[in-house]
Amino acid sequence: MSSLFSQEVPISWYLLLSAVLFSLGVIGFLIKRNLITVFMSIELMLNAVNLSFVTFAHEWHAVKGQIFVFFVMMVAAAEAAVGLAIIIAVFRARATLAVDRIDLMKL
Amino acid sequence: MHLILFIVFAGFCLAGAINLLLQSHPINSALSLIVVMTSLAVLYLLLGAEFLAAAQVIVYAGAIMVLFTFVVMLLNAGREERTLGSHAARMVGFPAVAVILGVLATVILKAQGLGVAGLQDGITSTADLSRVLFTELLLPFEVTSVLILIAILGAVALARHGDGERTAGK
Repeated sequence: MSSLFSQEVPISWYLLLSAVLFSLGVIGFLIKRNLITVFMSIELMLNAVNLSFVTFAHEWHAVKGQIFVFFVMMVAAAEAAVGLAIIIAVFRARATLAVDRIDLMKL
Repeated sequence: MHLILFIVFAGFCLAGAINLLLQSHPINSALSLIVVMTSLAVLYLLLGAEFLAAAQVIVYAGAIMVLFTFVVMLLNAGREERTLGSHAARMVGFPAVAVILGVLATVILKAQGLGVAGLQDGITSTADLSRVLFTELLLPFEVTSVLILIAILGAVALARHGDGERTAGK
């Protein structure tokens, strides 16, 4: 039991978790039919990439990797504010959030 | 201890992400995304990023997700109807996801020289982080504040009720 408590985690497990979370985000982007949940899938992908940044910063003892995550967070906050404002504007114009009905620009 | 914490919170992460995909109501998806982000904060702490763990909880799980739940409630978004999705998504999208995951997993598992993470590893203190941020990276930091300002103005301009031209025409 004490060996389980003192066990260390390989860095590659963190990277695998990050890759799986990113893939789940892409799948959500493809299968979700609601504009807001599609946007949430994008946030999930951003978070997955942040995890791999923090993992590599830990691996190579690089502070700048963590600062990059800080910048990604700030850009994500700005992106969420503007994106949700666009969603509100789309809802006001089309009265729906289903991506199948917001297809004016589709080929 | 590190292993146990990693397994528990990685499990929470994956369960939340899968639940996000399975739920058909946006508010349930938003709540499971909060679970994902909060467990990611614990994983950041395990990797020694104390400032980012706090920022993750405050900015992501706090501010951004409050914005999401506000919009879900404001627009009264109901259950989404399940459709098959576009043809392109089925033909190109899902194979592409499988390929991306396969390539990433292969590269990660074959990579040599990746170390381990344990509880005895040092923590990057907020002082170390801010010393680099406010000396070497001061200009990008200030530019980002301009970006935030522009985003605020853009969000207000986009979400404002009725644009200026329409009211002028009446």
